[in-house]
Amino acid sequence: MSVFSRGFKGRRRDADTRGRLPPGQYLVRGFPVLSAGPTPRTPLAEWTFSITGEVDEPKSWTWEQFRALPSETITRDIHCVTKWSKLDTTWEGVSVDTLLAGVETAADYVMAFCDGGYTTNLPLEDLSGGKAWVAFAYDGQPLEPEHGGPARLLVPHLYFWKSAKWVRGLQLMKDDSPGFWETYGYHMYGDPWREQRYSGD
Amino acid sequence: MDETQLRLDGNAAAGLLQEVFVHELTSARGACASCGAVAEVGAQHLYMYPQSPGAVLRCSACASVLLVLVQGGGHLRLALPGFMWLEFREAGAQAG
Amino acid sequence: MARAAVQRRLSWRLGEVAELIDETPRVRSVVLGVAGWPGHRAGQHVDVRLTADDGYQAQRSYSIASAPDTPERLALTVERLDDGEVSPYLVGELRVGDTLELRGPIGGYFVWDVGMGGPLLLIAGGSGICPLMAMLRHRAARGSAVPTRLLYSSRSLEDVIYRDELHRLMATGKGLEVFHTLTRVQPPEWPGYRRRIDQDMLAEVTWPPDLHPLVFVCGPTPLVESVATALVQLGHEPGRIKTERFGPTGG
Repeated sequence: MSVFSRGFKGRRRDADTRGRLPPGQYLVRGFPVLSAGPTPRTPLAEWTFSITGEVDEPKSWTWEQFRALPSETITRDIHCVTKWSKLDTTWEGVSVDTLLAGVETAADYVMAFCDGGYTTNLPLEDLSGGKAWVAFAYDGQPLEPEHGGPARLLVPHLYFWKSAKWVRGLQLMKDDSPGFWETYGYHMYGDPWREQRYSGD
Repeated sequence: MDETQLRLDGNAAAGLLQEVFVHELTSARGACASCGAVAEVGAQHLYMYPQSPGAVLRCSACASVLLVLVQGGGHLRLALPGFMWLEFREAGAQAG
Repeated sequence: MARAAVQRRLSWRLGEVAELIDETPRVRSVVLGVAGWPGHRAGQHVDVRLTADDGYQAQRSYSIASAPDTPERLALTVERLDDGEVSPYLVGELRVGDTLELRGPIGGYFVWDVGMGGPLLLIAGGSGICPLMAMLRHRAARGSAVPTRLLYSSRSLEDVIYRDELHRLMATGKGLEVFHTLTRVQPPEWPGYRRRIDQDMLAEVTWPPDLHPLVFVCGPTPLVESVATALVQLGHEPGRIKTERFGPTGG
């Protein structure tokens, strides 16, 4: 049973986005905050970013060392699996290519790990080749804690749950393994253009 | 924004849980497998938004994940990674 | 085998809008006639689902504000959230005679019936009054004299929902006391509180912990968290304090 609600239009579902809106998505102007747990607040003095797992030599940066790495400004559309999309978001971050430079590995997959215990899995090739960053600023301002600050992963070509908030490192893995939402039924890859929301999509 | 503005009570998951459980779950008591704290499900912290990826119930004492419910793609997946036990009042028993 | 106590799975049903009551400039009550409504307990909520003509759907939860003592009739009290999607429709667009899809009643934790006794301490912020109003209306419908205090925080006098009815309930019933605090604007010679609810105010208004009041707190999450924390600091048992928070984007 589904009955139309007279006069109900709902959130605007724009069509005029010149092919930039993946199937099933709608545009938002604000920046919704979604969270699966309390917002962690790690002091910058205790913050590190690490490359661990299937590597010859693990790497680690303090916040100061991380911020001294070359960074770039990135403008991309982002698509959340909860169906909102936001166009032309501007970030500043360190390319994952920069972080992986000189790392010898036989791994094909990565588990991003975060303060608060959140994890998400990605293929290594989706993090390299200028497709992913560790972002520390949004819209010209330091990244706020509710949006993942001090730093979050930014992988804009996949659904946004892959862009893990409060990221603290990448664990390189030979085999794919599900992260937090992937364990609970979300897609292992999460391509918004193929609408890979749930496992089996 | 203060993080507490993002937190609801387990009570807010009652509708979702009623799609799975025959018993009313928010008035059931549960023990956290991580810290042992016992509380009614309705009193735990819930992270859920109108169109969130899923409902995440966490222990209000230690923040461990107790229950996750994801609905989508024609499936409803329920995970209970953090309860040591759940206790329901039997039908007809006196409210205590 | 007795089946009566086993809950039915939730299913969507139709309500017909019987009456619309403007409570404040931003808040409207929607009174629904629901054929076959199984009844509810004070404090429970319903899910409301709207469907646009292209099939787009939006769903929200609303507390039931009416007492369980009127068969097949439900009142929901809705505050318009400016960036909301469902509440502007319910407050601004809905007309008498329209149908609304809903399912419920939902929830068994944040509930009170006269049989649970008291003393009953109710603390509300803004439209958090709704489930507590169901409890007060239920109490009045049963002629209960359970000692009851309501502490209600609003921005201004015109934002106080159910103002006249609360006054009437206090004047005509037994054992009910209502305390208002207005946090932003107060009329001249306002006799009530003029600030956000804090520990001093709670100490003045609430019963001492050794009377073991049953406490229900409902409102925006920051209010609920600070009130619950202050009550525990005043010595109230955490297990006797039930809370219901409003989410950030519930509109």
